Amino acid sequence: MKFSAEKLNKVKEIMARYPEGKHKSALIPVLHIAQEENGGWLSTEAMDHVAEVMNILPIEVYEVATFYTMFNLKPVGKYVFEVCRTGPCMLNGSDGIIDYIKEKLSIREGETTLDGMFTLKPAECLGACGYAPMMQLGKHYREHLTKEKVDAIIDECRRNAANNN
Amino acid sequence: MKLLLEHAHVEGIRYYDTYRKHGGYRSVEKAFKMTPEEIVEEVKKSGLRGRGGAGFPTGMKWSFLAKPEGVPRHLVCNADESEPGTFKDRYLMEFIPHLLIEGLIVSSFALGSSMTYIYIRGEYAWIVDILEQAITEAKNNGWLGKNILNSGFDCEIYVQRGGGAYICGEETALIESLEGKRGNPRIKPPFPAIQGVWMRPTVVNNVETLAAVVPIINNGGEAYASIGVGKSTGTKLLSVCGNVKKQGIYEIDMTQTVEEFIFSDEYCGGIANGKKLKACIPGGSSVPILPANLTLKTAKGEARYMNYESLADGGFATGSMMGSGGFIVLDEDQCVVRHTMTLARFYNHESCGQCSPCREGTGWMYKILKNIEYGKGKMSDIDLLWDIQRKIEGNTICPLGDAAAWPVAAAIRHFRDEFEWHVNNPDEAQNRNYGLAHYADPIHVPVSA
Repeated sequence: MKFSAEKLNKVKEIMARYPEGKHKSALIPVLHIAQEENGGWLSTEAMDHVAEVMNILPIEVYEVATFYTMFNLKPVGKYVFEVCRTGPCMLNGSDGIIDYIKEKLSIREGETTLDGMFTLKPAECLGACGYAPMMQLGKHYREHLTKEKVDAIIDECRRNAANNN
Repeated sequence: MKLLLEHAHVEGIRYYDTYRKHGGYRSVEKAFKMTPEEIVEEVKKSGLRGRGGAGFPTGMKWSFLAKPEGVPRHLVCNADESEPGTFKDRYLMEFIPHLLIEGLIVSSFALGSSMTYIYIRGEYAWIVDILEQAITEAKNNGWLGKNILNSGFDCEIYVQRGGGAYICGEETALIESLEGKRGNPRIKPPFPAIQGVWMRPTVVNNVETLAAVVPIINNGGEAYASIGVGKSTGTKLLSVCGNVKKQGIYEIDMTQTVEEFIFSDEYCGGIANGKKLKACIPGGSSVPILPANLTLKTAKGEARYMNYESLADGGFATGSMMGSGGFIVLDEDQCVVRHTMTLARFYNHESCGQCSPCREGTGWMYKILKNIEYGKGKMSDIDLLWDIQRKIEGNTICPLGDAAAWPVAAAIRHFRDEFEWHVNNPDEAQNRNYGLAHYADPIHVPVSA
């Protein structure tokens, strides 16, 4: 993975948001871009590229990437279902939603479907407690989940994937 | 009484023109005619307390900011809202982003911060776009940038996304993360007011706190202080979730009783599905859970009110905390053991790993709770849990250890027989529709159950 010219400009713009000599502060936002560019996860190669572009040591990138939950260090499916299961979501039936997704997609927590389409990643509180149960899908939240809604989301993802090919 | 959400339902309030038409940015006009010291004084007079959870007086926090010659200072907005049960800052930023930007401009001027940052939890990805749009609009209209309103004061606001770590809501962990590092809290002192981001004097304030600066400047600190009760001044946003009829965001002036708040149609509308109230966590998952009777009344039998003092009445023995305003309600069918287990898993997942009592202790607590919940617990496990939480509390660099210990302690304190029941009935324990009736609220028997 290497940043495209457009993304490289974005990276430089983010690095310029901090006082002179403090551009390492941009690391987390830049890792988000790198993960997007690299198909949803951070390979060693992608992290090394970030280190090179930001002129910091690779270890400084690894130690940060391994700390934050949002960075995937292994390949993930095209669509990642991050289903919250903390207290308030549990009170509103998140366990049932997680079980339904497992059954429907024949995967366990943390696994990806064989066609590489879906990953189930149980998540801890995402700040949507009043709209539970919920999941994060890409940039957005899907809230007030029911089994029917999960079915619709899975269909929607399959359709989007087919249209993009 | 609405100060922050006054215009929340106006169509288009997310955008500059509508926001401005409804009185937006007046506080900036007013503030730039004042001196920074006068603004800090107004905030002190208002009695505003930090809305992130700790409730520390904001004016006092601002007055601690060191001002060494030639060293830049920074204001950082803590938008890393991650405490389970809490989603009020999200609402403010998503629907009324200019209120936060306006509060940030006034506060940046008061504190002398020309580079101000909003550190937002990484999962709120779409809100980053909303905030950046609002910042661009504010800048295009002359409220940000160079020489704002010919005051000679320059200010830029930048949004930084986090990476999904609860610990970064702790202000020194947030600062580390803002510097592009792991979110390990720092040992204090030095406090951020002396050495914060890039070792420069820094103030870190919650989203709602900074938004509250707008009405304080518009109406004056004294007017703000006249709202509310005692040291609970102004209005507070509450995010309500769990088993009530109307979950969502409420702004209250802290004069309501808990009973009114849960059962009146103006607020939560009572318990959902015709059930009874079993328990309540009034201030985000880390504050002590209270059974129904102590939720509605204090140990002295007096009505409990929705404010900092009354919610804490009785200390941790019979009271709880206002915390972040994440109001979680459990109905009679909910299992306290399972709920506590999910919270223990949360804190175990979110421990940064720096201090052994928290890193190891949260994992032990989760494992033991999981055993009890799934019918593999022993009676001695309950005492062991108590022992572990006691050894975490107060023995860590940051308050995450306390936050992990308190829910476990309170669950055992008030619901010990529910734990014992799990141990004595291992087969039934896995069935989580346990709901001991005698914890349920004796007052509000549903009419159409």
